[in-house]
Amino acid sequence: MSDHTVKSYDDDLASLKQMLAQMGGLAEEQLANAIDAVTKRDIKLADRVIAGDEKIDALEQQIEEKSILTIARRQPMAQDLRQIIVAIRISVDLERIGDLAKNTAKRTHAISEQMPRKLVSGLTRMGNLAQEQLKNILDAYAQGDANKAIQVWRSDEDIDALYNSIFRELLTYMMEDPRMIGPCTHLLFGTKNMERIGDHTTNIAENIYFLVHGKAITEERPKKDSTSTTSFNLKT
Amino acid sequence: MDASPQRPTLSTSPRILNEREIKIVASDVNVYYGDKHAIKHLSIDIPDRAVSAFIGPSGCGKSTFLRSINRMNDTIPSCRVTGDILIDGKNIYDRDLDVVQLRARVGMVFQKPNPFPKSIFENVAYGPRIHGLAKSKTDLEEIVVNSLKKASLFEEVKDRLNHPGTGLSGGQQQRLCIARAIAVNPEIILMDEPCSALDPIASARIEELIDEIRQNYCIIIVTHSMQQAARVSQLTAFFHLGVLVEFGDTDDMFTAPQDKRTQDYITGRFG
Amino acid sequence: MTDISAQASIGVIATASQRALIARRYAAERRFRLYGILAILLTTVFLVVLFVDIFSKGIPAFTEHRLQLAINADAAKLDPENSKGPDKIRGGDFNGLIRSKLSELLPAVTTRADRKALNGLLSSGAADEFRAMVVANPALLGTDVAVPVLLSDDADQYFKGYQTGTTRRSGESALQMIAEGNNIRLSTSVPEFRGALDALKVFASERLQNDNRELERLDNLIASRTDDLKSAEAGAASGDAAAIAERDKLSSDIASLTGTRDQLKTLVENLAARVSKAAGAETLDATLPSLFVEVNGGVLKVTELGELSALASPILAPKSLDTAAPGNWSILELSIPETNRRTSDKEIAWLEQLKVSGVVESGFAWRFLTSGDSREPELAGIRGALTGSIFTLLVTLALSLPIGVGAAVYLEEFAPKNRLTDLIEVNINNLAAVPSIVFGLLGLAMFLNFFGLPRSAPLVGGLVLALLVLPTIIIASRAALKAVPPSIKEAALGVGASHQQAIFHHVLPMAMPGIMTGTIIGMAHALGETAPLLMIGMVAFIVDIPGSFTDAATALPVQIYLWSDLPEIAFQAKTAAAIIVLLVVLFVMNASAIYLRKRFERRW
Repeated sequence: MSDHTVKSYDDDLASLKQMLAQMGGLAEEQLANAIDAVTKRDIKLADRVIAGDEKIDALEQQIEEKSILTIARRQPMAQDLRQIIVAIRISVDLERIGDLAKNTAKRTHAISEQMPRKLVSGLTRMGNLAQEQLKNILDAYAQGDANKAIQVWRSDEDIDALYNSIFRELLTYMMEDPRMIGPCTHLLFGTKNMERIGDHTTNIAENIYFLVHGKAITEERPKKDSTSTTSFNLKT
Repeated sequence: MDASPQRPTLSTSPRILNEREIKIVASDVNVYYGDKHAIKHLSIDIPDRAVSAFIGPSGCGKSTFLRSINRMNDTIPSCRVTGDILIDGKNIYDRDLDVVQLRARVGMVFQKPNPFPKSIFENVAYGPRIHGLAKSKTDLEEIVVNSLKKASLFEEVKDRLNHPGTGLSGGQQQRLCIARAIAVNPEIILMDEPCSALDPIASARIEELIDEIRQNYCIIIVTHSMQQAARVSQLTAFFHLGVLVEFGDTDDMFTAPQDKRTQDYITGRFG
Repeated sequence: MTDISAQASIGVIATASQRALIARRYAAERRFRLYGILAILLTTVFLVVLFVDIFSKGIPAFTEHRLQLAINADAAKLDPENSKGPDKIRGGDFNGLIRSKLSELLPAVTTRADRKALNGLLSSGAADEFRAMVVANPALLGTDVAVPVLLSDDADQYFKGYQTGTTRRSGESALQMIAEGNNIRLSTSVPEFRGALDALKVFASERLQNDNRELERLDNLIASRTDDLKSAEAGAASGDAAAIAERDKLSSDIASLTGTRDQLKTLVENLAARVSKAAGAETLDATLPSLFVEVNGGVLKVTELGELSALASPILAPKSLDTAAPGNWSILELSIPETNRRTSDKEIAWLEQLKVSGVVESGFAWRFLTSGDSREPELAGIRGALTGSIFTLLVTLALSLPIGVGAAVYLEEFAPKNRLTDLIEVNINNLAAVPSIVFGLLGLAMFLNFFGLPRSAPLVGGLVLALLVLPTIIIASRAALKAVPPSIKEAALGVGASHQQAIFHHVLPMAMPGIMTGTIIGMAHALGETAPLLMIGMVAFIVDIPGSFTDAATALPVQIYLWSDLPEIAFQAKTAAAIIVLLVVLFVMNASAIYLRKRFERRW
């Protein structure tokens, strides 16, 4: 893509992209630390994650301001217009991802030493999947690769499927040992957060597709999450 | 690229062409100025009761094509036009077509406002008079008043109709020229960069005027301002170096153009 | 950027070379303005000189001198058959009545020759007004009529001071008169005549100097001829026929020159003798300025002059020879000798007498503007030429304006741009520079010889001048058409006007001011053209006022040319007056055209 005749226009767009990349990197870091904190029950790390969320919030603010200014100043058309709109949307998604990571890190306080390790493994596995999605989608954005975005978009199925099984597993734990209900609930929330993070990456994927192709994805988003309809029988 | 007829980049026909009747059909039109091949193998359909915008960098042929539609290029001796331009199915380059009648059906508004050095009334009345559109003096007055109203100029000049037209401001002069074009009851109105000599407020009033009257005329506007084309038109055609590169619904052209050259032009990437 | 640091503030130029540059520039501008002002001043000076010269020469032609006489319109002489019919009355002897009245006023004029000279002071058309008055109103027959009688051009010129300078001095002492045969001896106690005497001597010695110079010149001429003769002799001796002819011619030349020289020599010797006589009495002859003494109602011509006394012969006898008291008599000096002027001393005396009796009046010469040309200067008028010029110009305008504008419009708008059109353009530009006499020849060959149109008619003159003026109008019109902004034509075409409608409704009206300018220039040019009109015969002496376009006529510039050739001095003044009329006509024409042009400009 050749440069704009007015160079400062290119600079505006480049700075937006750079801020988004920065935000993405921060989100990745937050997510990795949150999973670590929960898995290793590291309170200090958890606290660092909680404090670090405000940086992501600040970046979202900056990106929004910059986008509005660029629209007013440049009257962007076509590709440029899509790029700016998408930048706003992705920053919202990344900010939500940051919030979910913070929320997950908070749960570390609630999970005590006594909890068996195998309980946390589910969350860890979910978290790793989510991390991978996030990394892939950030790469796809950086490269402007719509195909990669589609792959991420389709892979959400896997997170959903894993979430289903962890959901059932945790339910079983809770039914077996009522003393586990507390920590398992936290774990449930944490796992749910990971699943939500996956959904957000799917959002980002749709935006990337729109950015590249100029129209929305026409397929139905794959939704394998059946937990909202899962029922369980207390009696068995 | 120059030799073979090129269809512009279209994946689908613009929606507007299905919603309106087709007023003008250009078919493999070539325009030469002496040896210079100014317009190369142009084919396009222009809808009625809508505004079509021609955009493109300087020297791309959009004004040339505009002037071919009312055969103003005839006044240039070295200009040669081949191909067909059909208005309502009739080829306007037929031998038996009266150019004067054509120009009464196809009105033109120029870049620099050029009212006649006569009174405001006379400016608007001249066209109807020479075409015999008014049967009596009151008829003529009615035509003039109506045209001025349609051009939203009447309120400002109603008590000085016999003052010279050249005494108005730039924006008012341009509206006077539009009133003059409307007075002969045309079907098509061609506008060659009508706002380029005007300040933003006057330009906005012209745009408002175009919005108001597009229900009744086929309007083609050549403009350098992308934003104006985006605001005002329903169909946009992008010209480059004498070739029609892309044309389509305005909304699509400005959010997701299909040709790279179009994209580069409207995002300001032309070096 | 170092300049900025050197600047103290905006507007101050630091470096010396820049300052010098600025100073040079201002100096150049001042010089240019000076040149412009000098040019204007020079032009103004030329114009002022021109106008002063013309007006000072021409204004006198607008006045004429008349005698206002009360004459009895004797029915017996004017209408013997008592018919009261205009034709019969017209044939009456009006001149006789006037002449007898004149004799009444100057009874001292008795001899036949004198009476003839007296009547010669009246114009040949003196009776015209009298005749016109009585014919118009036969009831005047038998009554006393106050008649203005026109004086001849010589008398008129005398009263205007062109014939001679007159100096009148009142006598300071008493004048005694004693008859001496047919003459009268005048004596004064104070040397009254000294002034006149001195003037005479000065005149005589000047004359002597001139005559001596002439003598010298003749001697030189004779000497050179004699030398030529010697060389011619040599050639003639060898038998050369051309040399022989030349020798003969030279011989006869020398003979005649010698004769003239000898005559002059005797005159000079006489004059020298008289001049050297210093204080003696002078004998006045016709070659010396004249001196009159006006006393007791009479006019005496001095024939001998001394300081205290003079001998005079009476032209008009005084009533008595009584001594005249101081202040009751005067000396009249006429500076030009009688031989050098057209009015004799007698005639001047009569004119002075008429003036004293109060019948001489001077008034505006309306006949200059109302009559046609005439052989007599006092009767000649400009009306014929003026009418001829106006008719000619009307024809010129009627032909050249439509054709010129039409041609310009065609060439500019409708003609295809090819070699033929270029050729036509080049030829039109060249025609503008063709000498006007060529158009005259063309008119002669084509209009007069081939088409057989009437000679000397304004129609033919107008045709020829139209051809002359056409290139100017075409070129100016084309320039005016080119100057109309093309956006107007495009706008008209865009509204659906045809090419022709666009041109005639929009472009042409906008070009009108420029076209009018071209027309003004062309018409002014045509008004002053003489050469082509001469060729087609508008050079004849036309007395009648032309009534139509095919009557013979003349034009103002031609009339001026004809009059300037005539010998009478009065015609010189008329020539200048005619030039004034020409300038006025030109001015009026241009002013009206400029007014029209302003009207066109204002309309848009």
